[in-house]
Amino acid sequence: MTETSDDALIGGRWQRAIVVAVRPQTPTIKSFILAPQTPFPFESGQHVDVRLTAENGYTAVRSYSIGSSPSEFHRIELAIERLSDGEVSPFFHDVVAVGDEIELRGPLGGHFIWTAQDGGPLLLVGGGSGLVPLMSMIRSRQSAVGAVPAVLLLSARTWQDVLFRDELLDIEVGLSGFSFVLALTREQPRRRADYGRRIDERIVSDALQRLPGCPKIVFVCGNNPFVNAAAEGVLANGVPREKIRTERYGV
Amino acid sequence: MITRGFTSRRQASNEAGRIPPGQHLVEGFPVLSASPTPHVAIEEWSFELKDGSMPLRKWTWSEFNELPQTKVTRDIHCVTTWSKLDTPWEGVLVDDILAAAKVGVRTPFLLAHSYDGYSTNIAAADLEGNKAMVALRYEGRPLERDHGGPARLLVPHLYFWKSAKWIKGLQFTQHDEPGFWETRGYHIRGNPWQEQRYSND
Repeated sequence: MTETSDDALIGGRWQRAIVVAVRPQTPTIKSFILAPQTPFPFESGQHVDVRLTAENGYTAVRSYSIGSSPSEFHRIELAIERLSDGEVSPFFHDVVAVGDEIELRGPLGGHFIWTAQDGGPLLLVGGGSGLVPLMSMIRSRQSAVGAVPAVLLLSARTWQDVLFRDELLDIEVGLSGFSFVLALTREQPRRRADYGRRIDERIVSDALQRLPGCPKIVFVCGNNPFVNAAAEGVLANGVPREKIRTERYGV
Repeated sequence: MITRGFTSRRQASNEAGRIPPGQHLVEGFPVLSASPTPHVAIEEWSFELKDGSMPLRKWTWSEFNELPQTKVTRDIHCVTTWSKLDTPWEGVLVDDILAAAKVGVRTPFLLAHSYDGYSTNIAAADLEGNKAMVALRYEGRPLERDHGGPARLLVPHLYFWKSAKWIKGLQFTQHDEPGFWETRGYHIRGNPWQEQRYSND
């Protein structure tokens, strides 16, 4: 693995954040915009821990990646997928409303991060809600001068399940050196350049060809089987292992 | 702070006292790692014990398998907040590795090194005394690649990032030298019962 800037801010104390907006994004994913009482700077790719406390003192803690850009750190966006057997995500989907207070701490994570100084080109590979930390990178890159070339390879079940779809389409037509390839696993593709199958070596090759050169860093995020398959596809295209950073959603 | 509308999930009584604060039980075995899963063939696998830059002893896969094998069943706790109870492992206790190398504890600190470049620091006191092993089997079968196969460190009383996957060696160090996650803001020791998650905890 490559050594990176290790001066990322990590930790912070538990604090309250107010829910200022709730936005349904896909049939299974909602965005929650949170305003922390004490806003903290963060870097794209980092996450926060969220703590829920029941009246009997029982607590549940989960980690969620930040999807918003570091340039607007007073409000952070978490995009949470509802896991039917989950304990925390159904609470967010079914109970949390604007005005609620949620405890969180952050920023956390010091490896799966990208800053403008890290440069590019970038290959971003996401599965489902694994897009969230990559979206922070894409949004951060948009606001930078001379944005680095970046390609997003995103796997989702169907067109309806593509998180932040309209925003991604808007960024792509903005001629900003960004494009994205969809790999839909349960539906035929709607766009000519997209695919109707799981990410494989060929699809990765197509995505890489959209970049002006070998990617400087490859970020892969999703559940473990997805990350394994996608990382193997990237390696099979000759990208050195040390350029690939992975984040696996564990539970 | 009470979270509006959040109710607790009852935990079975036999689990009481086994789940550290902030953790929740899982039935599966989540996989987390920071880079692509390495392929390490047992023909090319070796385990090296070093003191600083000085090699002390090196074992091939077959030599390592001839060391005394010990079975343990332990609860494990990941800093990402999942805990898993009664996980059955088999491998070589660190005590037996040191004994086979005919060396004692040379310094109070060690670094575990892995085939993917990962490293993590562990105090000698957290490794000796039947506390830790280099695990070769899980649930009676060879350790899967996703879980660190062919071999991983197992230090179950610390957060699981200390249990380095794809381990290739242990190194005594003069000072407590932070490893991969410890230089990225994670706690230097990582005791789940004291919630030592991040460096300022």
